[in-house]
Amino acid sequence: MGAYKQLAFLFDQSKCTGCKACQVACKDKHDLPVGQTWRRVPEYSGGQWRIGVDGAVTHDIWTYYTSLSCNHCDDPICVEVCPSTAMHKGENGIVSVDPALCIGCKYCAMACPYDAPQFDEATRTMSKCDFCADRITKGKRPACVAACPMCALDFGEAEELRAKYGDEASLEPLPEQSVTRPNLVILPHPKAQPSGHGTGHLANPTEI
Amino acid sequence: MTSTSEPDTLSLTPSRRKFLAWSGAIGAAGMVGLPGCTLQYSDPADAPLGGAEEGERIVWNACLVNCGSRCPVRMAVRDGRVIRIEPDNTGDDDLGNQQIRACVRGRSIRQRMYSPERLKKPLKRVGKRGEGKWEEISWDEATTIVADKIKELISKYGNESIYHNYGTGVIGAAVARSWPPGNTAVARLMNCVGGFLNHYNDYSAGNIEAAVDFHYGAWMGNNSNDDTVNSKLVVMFGNNPHETRMSGGGEMFVTQKAKQLSGHKVIVVDPRFSDTAMNLADEWVAIRPGTDLAFVAGMAHVMISEGLHDQEFLDKYCSGFDEEHLPENAPPGSSYRSYIEGKGEDGIEKTPEWAAKITGVPANDIRRLAREIAMTKPCNINQGWGIQRHSNGESQARAPMLLSNLIGQVGIPGGGNGEREGANPLPLVLFPTLENPVRPTISFYMWTKAITDGKGMTYRDGVRDSLDTNSNSNVVNDVVLGSNIKMIWNYGSNALINQHGDINHTIELLSDESKVEMIVVIDNQMTVSARYADIVLPDAMASGETIDLAWQSAATAGNLGYLIFCDKAHEPLYDSKPVYEMLTEIADKLGVREKFTEGRTQEDWVRWMLDETRKKIPDLPSFEELRAKGIYRQNVGPYISMAKFREDPVANPLETPSGKIEIYSSNLARMRDDWNYDQGSQWIDPLPVYRQTRELPGDALQLRYPLQCIGHHYKQRTHSSYGNSPWLKEAHPQLVWINKIDADARGIATNDQVRVFNDRGATELPAFVTERIAPGVVSVPQGAWYAPSASDGVDKGGCVNVLTSQQLNAYSKGNGQHSALVQVEKV
Repeated sequence: MGAYKQLAFLFDQSKCTGCKACQVACKDKHDLPVGQTWRRVPEYSGGQWRIGVDGAVTHDIWTYYTSLSCNHCDDPICVEVCPSTAMHKGENGIVSVDPALCIGCKYCAMACPYDAPQFDEATRTMSKCDFCADRITKGKRPACVAACPMCALDFGEAEELRAKYGDEASLEPLPEQSVTRPNLVILPHPKAQPSGHGTGHLANPTEI
Repeated sequence: MTSTSEPDTLSLTPSRRKFLAWSGAIGAAGMVGLPGCTLQYSDPADAPLGGAEEGERIVWNACLVNCGSRCPVRMAVRDGRVIRIEPDNTGDDDLGNQQIRACVRGRSIRQRMYSPERLKKPLKRVGKRGEGKWEEISWDEATTIVADKIKELISKYGNESIYHNYGTGVIGAAVARSWPPGNTAVARLMNCVGGFLNHYNDYSAGNIEAAVDFHYGAWMGNNSNDDTVNSKLVVMFGNNPHETRMSGGGEMFVTQKAKQLSGHKVIVVDPRFSDTAMNLADEWVAIRPGTDLAFVAGMAHVMISEGLHDQEFLDKYCSGFDEEHLPENAPPGSSYRSYIEGKGEDGIEKTPEWAAKITGVPANDIRRLAREIAMTKPCNINQGWGIQRHSNGESQARAPMLLSNLIGQVGIPGGGNGEREGANPLPLVLFPTLENPVRPTISFYMWTKAITDGKGMTYRDGVRDSLDTNSNSNVVNDVVLGSNIKMIWNYGSNALINQHGDINHTIELLSDESKVEMIVVIDNQMTVSARYADIVLPDAMASGETIDLAWQSAATAGNLGYLIFCDKAHEPLYDSKPVYEMLTEIADKLGVREKFTEGRTQEDWVRWMLDETRKKIPDLPSFEELRAKGIYRQNVGPYISMAKFREDPVANPLETPSGKIEIYSSNLARMRDDWNYDQGSQWIDPLPVYRQTRELPGDALQLRYPLQCIGHHYKQRTHSSYGNSPWLKEAHPQLVWINKIDADARGIATNDQVRVFNDRGATELPAFVTERIAPGVVSVPQGAWYAPSASDGVDKGGCVNVLTSQQLNAYSKGNGQHSALVQVEKV
């Protein structure tokens, strides 16, 4: 057994500027090519413009970002749909894929509401965030957590993070957290909108 | 195998849709307060190896590009190759000791080091200039060609025919730096043989640099951003640290932390809902580009008519606010108050309604903001430099200064003078570059003009005297440029083509090989500018392939000063050489090797600089200690700009003619009728007044090109540096920002390929249809690499400078690149 019952990420949305240092630090650490992106940053925007008779404009525009990797869910739908048992929940609650068993069918990628599993074109198998298990076991932080210039990311024991920071992850554009019970705790941006009740839109669909 | 081929087809289904599809269930988003995280700032396992795994070593380095921040990147080296970047593992999240975590750019530095576009061998052009045909040559041949040409040109045209172009591809490194131009290794070499034609000011801030001298006497810098912990209100004009200076140690961190600590309100004035507006601002004022002056004038009208301005401050510290405080020779009606009240030359009262029509900001908002800004003190008014990169840029730059003067916030904690953030520098002794005896100095933006019309240019054209380049000292001078530019040193610079305005014009100019006879490009990537070189000299990466020092120059990390050791991860790749070594070879062929090197290697110079600096900073570690430790930090304290002047303006006068803040500049009044500029469309005004200059709202050209095109600084790149990194292009793709209202009118949806064009050129790139930019404005993020199509010559790289102008502004002789009217259509 690992040192943790269940690992979770903590994300302070009010600090995130969408710079994606987390995404690239992850790629740098794991040598991931373009197209294989274990941590992604959706941008969610909304509001309206009104142009007055004198040409002057008023608006109520807002935007926020969410840094998102695999949430190593309590109900990992990727594990559920995997026909080969390659996808599994293991030590420290980390969900990972066994490349020896994976047949590259991508059912996990289709099922996951967070787009966490990413296809590896070179090996024709799935790949995903492994919570930097190699670093965690040596007492190090995951690469993304250590990278965030705004210190908006942290990690820890899920129960402890929730006790300290609450249990919020049902924020647009993410699904309601009852779907897969993600191990993700978000401190919301002041403009954050509840899942399913958003008035905005996903602004960067091709970047995630 | 059907089980694998079937899902392959399905994978075409955009997985992105699921973000929407799956977000159907009801959740409860509590808008809770935001407790600080109990973050770890280093890994317990870091010590003593600093994060190295078995078989690795970690060497300290820095990302050396021109964002204004400076980040350490710790390179994990295995088998002679950098395999991973580790972040700073010193410091914490206290202001003044913050951990300097590199941004997305620094984190991808391996893709610069190991880019397929790394220059590998010295190259000699064999086709036409820009055609891309090269012959690989030896270092001996390359350095001989360059040295011979220098000798020939000096004897034929004099040293001032050899120009050192602006370049910031290697910045903040003590020996290898490519900027400032007077302090580079290239400058040192040229100074060994009689000097070179230098330039003053720069692409970033060329208009404020010219204007601030007249307003405050010299560059002052604003209060450092950490000092905004003392502010109740912060007003940012186009300042966008969350995208420009986005280091975890830089102004992004400092501004956000200062706001957390103080709870001050932030207002961002910007045509674009920048990430600073998104995350730091309590209010975003969506203004039309180039009209900040009119916005300030409208607010000044409210303040003056309601008596909210600080009359006492204006009387004591300023010249020209009202008729009672004008210089003796100024005509009646030429005060700022007269301008606002409609008693000046134009007879127009600058009411909020007048300003609303120009700026697009509703009159009632202007009234409300004027009252709030005048009554919420201390108030820090600051600016980024986008607002001054306009055809009226000199006066635009003065708008936030003027606003801070009107409310008397200069020289006090929590206040500010309207410039961009400043800082206390560390007293570092850097690489000495000797004296340049050539006195005529041109503006950074004049070099294309000086290729054809340089000979005979005078101060009236913007030629300054290198003995003192302050604007006030060059209202009149006696230097004359004696030659057109015949050779260009282009070190670490993409300003030869990519970053200079009106690319198509520059290409035409450079294609005539009888004008500029030699272009030498020193770089480590085959940049757009390198394509137009005659000789390409492959530079070693100053990050990872040499030994150097990188420092936190002023104004970029609040009250944190630091020095980073740049160590060698491995030898220079391929046949590249550090700039110091290649210039030593050229110095040898010019017969000045000993003068150039003083017998020192680059490492010797680094040791010398540290020894000299240690005389001023006694606790600075030695060479060996710093190499092991990686970084030296010092809390340099907050910088309160113009504090002495505020304390006693008589004992500590400014360098303006009156010694005061010159809202009415008597020197500008002198220049108005004397200088050369386009008097039909440009003005030199003693007061910072709004003029509708080239390609601002209301220009008749809007009938054909209705949209204002700006080029914001983008997270993908620092200017054009990192512009070829696949990870960064994926994370932050090059897109033209366009408001939904303008996109709908043109049938454009996000990711549609569009053509952005005007009479100067055209570029094609995908659209980003967004709420986050004001209607009537588009932005093509600056710095993307120019990529003309072989078939129609249209740029497919999304490079904004095919659209921008080379026109010199009235007296800065600088750039108005954000004043560009365009049309956009679906391709």
